[in-house]
Amino acid sequence: MTTITRRSFLKNAGGAGVALWLGLYVHGEVGKTTSPVTAAHFTPWILIESGGKITIYNTKPEIGQGTFQAIPALIAEELEVSLDQVTILNSNGEKELGTAQRAGGSASVRTSFSDLRKVGASAKEVLIQAAASTWGVDAATCYAENATVYHRASGKSIAYGDLVETAAKIELPKTPVLKDGKDFKIIGKSMRRPDVPLKTNGSAVFGIDVKVDGMRYASVERCPVIGGTLKQFDASAALKIKGVVTVVPVERVYGIHRNTGVAVIADNYWAALQGRKKLRVEWDTKGFEHFQSDEYEAGLRLMVSQEGLTDKNKGDIDALTIAPENLVEAFYETPMVAHHPMEPLNCIAQVKDDQVELWTSTQVPSNVTGSGPNDLHKLIGVAPENIKLHATFVGGGFGRRLYLDFIVEAVNIAKQVNYPVKVIWTREDTTEQGPFRPMTFSQLQGGFSAEGKLVTFRHKVISPSYAESVGRNFDPNKVDGTMVEGIAEQAYEIPNIRTAYVRAGYHVPVAAWRSVTSSTVAFAQECFLDELAWKAGMDPMSFRLSLLSAPSDTKRVLLTLKEVSGWDRPLPKGSGRGVATWEFFAGLCGQTVEVTHLSDGRIRIDKVVAVIDLGEVVNPDNVRNQTEGAIIMALGAAVKPDIRLKHGKVTHHNFYDNLLPRISETPLIDVHILAEGGKVKGVGEPGLPPFAPALANAIFAATGKRNRKMPFDLHV
Amino acid sequence: MIRLTVNQKTHKVDVDPDMPLLWVIRDIIGLTGTKYGCGVAQCGACVVHLNGEAVRSCVTKVSRAANQKIVTIEGLSLHNDHPLQQAWAEIDVPQCGYCQSGQLMSAAVLLKENPQPDDAAIDAAMSGNLCRCGTYPRIRKAIHRAAELQQEAGKKPF
Repeated sequence: MTTITRRSFLKNAGGAGVALWLGLYVHGEVGKTTSPVTAAHFTPWILIESGGKITIYNTKPEIGQGTFQAIPALIAEELEVSLDQVTILNSNGEKELGTAQRAGGSASVRTSFSDLRKVGASAKEVLIQAAASTWGVDAATCYAENATVYHRASGKSIAYGDLVETAAKIELPKTPVLKDGKDFKIIGKSMRRPDVPLKTNGSAVFGIDVKVDGMRYASVERCPVIGGTLKQFDASAALKIKGVVTVVPVERVYGIHRNTGVAVIADNYWAALQGRKKLRVEWDTKGFEHFQSDEYEAGLRLMVSQEGLTDKNKGDIDALTIAPENLVEAFYETPMVAHHPMEPLNCIAQVKDDQVELWTSTQVPSNVTGSGPNDLHKLIGVAPENIKLHATFVGGGFGRRLYLDFIVEAVNIAKQVNYPVKVIWTREDTTEQGPFRPMTFSQLQGGFSAEGKLVTFRHKVISPSYAESVGRNFDPNKVDGTMVEGIAEQAYEIPNIRTAYVRAGYHVPVAAWRSVTSSTVAFAQECFLDELAWKAGMDPMSFRLSLLSAPSDTKRVLLTLKEVSGWDRPLPKGSGRGVATWEFFAGLCGQTVEVTHLSDGRIRIDKVVAVIDLGEVVNPDNVRNQTEGAIIMALGAAVKPDIRLKHGKVTHHNFYDNLLPRISETPLIDVHILAEGGKVKGVGEPGLPPFAPALANAIFAATGKRNRKMPFDLHV
Repeated sequence: MIRLTVNQKTHKVDVDPDMPLLWVIRDIIGLTGTKYGCGVAQCGACVVHLNGEAVRSCVTKVSRAANQKIVTIEGLSLHNDHPLQQAWAEIDVPQCGYCQSGQLMSAAVLLKENPQPDDAAIDAAMSGNLCRCGTYPRIRKAIHRAAELQQEAGKKPF
């Protein structure tokens, strides 16, 4: 592989023939490079070869969210090529590609929507100029279509591949003209994703599927008591298992958490697992063996009396005196949950002298090879330029693969042997070790004026700190913004708002989980809004809309939702409808849920209607797929058993006790997309936060039972 | 030596007879379309066909599969054109795709035994296969579509 200079525009005369690199930061399996020329400031890139082959690099790892289509689509749209004409390659954290090779925060499309189109448009303009100069005509008389430049008057044409040499001498325009949205051929159209066929015949390669010459397999025994460390181990019985090669101690670093374990390395993974069962390990559990989730949560409830750190303070909430009968207060609780991507964590690491080579499924190639303060090099003591990554398709992330701990662990093992090692976590490992989504407990208070108007709103979050656990930007005297995400940023017009945060110390590692803290605080806040609506004697939808007099994206979502969900259509007795909406960094979605209280006490979820507000949409069908999936993931977190610890250990082990929703539990889901311009919003996460509150609100409407604690029973 | 027939090709493998078929298929034979998800027959990512039946290869000892006919996702069709594979592409079912080999292998047995399954039959047959991305609504839809495609083609059920 050759890495080509940044900001260069290159011609390649190697085995692939003459090739044209467009945009910046290029790399690929091509020969040596020549003729760099200055280019405009873009990030992603295109390779056009003289034979006509066009390659577009996808810099956002495909974790199931559809970037393998959506990211190249942005470039291809302006380049005037169809995705059928393009080879798409995932990038590998090449330094020349910048630091944004990450899949997180529903950011891929929303942060690249203009920039990547400019990459495609610049390239197209250069190709048109190349054709125009070949014909000796004005570029304005030419146009591009279907990977070909045409001269309008004569009908002459030249394919892109034949323009490569001429185009390589032309400087990329800095301010290319973008297409009018009405002329889009790819963006906004539901198109099949090019990775789908690979995922129906077993040919898509995930990290766990990679095989490297001379590779051995490892399984790691980790302290079952979270926070415990390795004292000593006896591997004599493990080494007698056929296929077991060696046993080594290992360290894994996750934020402030330094974990130790014992790695069994074998010729095949099965032998490594068998050897692991024979290990005799002594742990120092440091008193963590006394930890009980029940006691910890009781402590969180007591912490409600603390004032905490003020997050946002709008208006003058202390100046108002609210009559006691006009005050509503409630306390909400949410649990820890595990990420459980279907592809268990895995990483192949090879260490040769000072060089590290990695093959893995990661959400953050840029952080694996980057030189930033939180990047892998700091954790493994290897210079960033000596780290080489081979990124693959990712079998689910949901936040778990934003972290580098499992890569650190693999490198640590590989440093101790002289062959590549593939470390695979068992499902039990991922269930028992974390990190987990942190629980948040919420104290809420709303106050009505004598005229019945909602005039005060308080939301205090009591929880462990994400920043503290991951060891980034943590300051005990400042609010951890992640833990109060979105709670002061809803569009509702309430004149006096105070939000606050009380930090609880915690030794259990916590992580961002799809839609981060919005997945818990939205439950508290949007259920509480429902309580306020009932207190005001108003329909919950009308109540929300009464707080939205000015135009806003949230108002647009709710008005659409009211219509498409048939909100005003009466339901039979025993059925109920609930609504919730949530706007946060990732985007905005509103949902209604309809439920029926069956005669045996069970709650049946009849229908979910979602309205997701995007500003711009690339692939509507993929957006529907994502939103359906977010709702089903939210269902699991709302009603399935949570992650709890007893005597310091996680009480669940695998899918037989840490349950996930199955097909038979899947409700009817109807997704509507709003793409009416304005701010471009994300897709992957916004479908998640509104579901649990909309469901709980529907259960209240149907049964009168208010669920203030997740997970809750679908049985009343 | 254990003799296995995988996708009509014979392999002789020298492994512990207790080794689960999953690891033999993946690590020894090198067919990686069959996935590890849980190791305890709870998620269905490892489903293969053993003499036409859907089995969880993560809990099937390789000795049980000796001299038997095994089909993995790589052998479901020659050209990625099984009605289920066509329907999966048409309806854009997968997200991350990791569980889909197992989903397809379970669905193939369902369609063979019940060429026109209703939602209840689909739910019953597919409840052993987890999908964390939540592609269930599309799996249902795609199985219905595959049943149509199968009928339109006038083919015998696979």
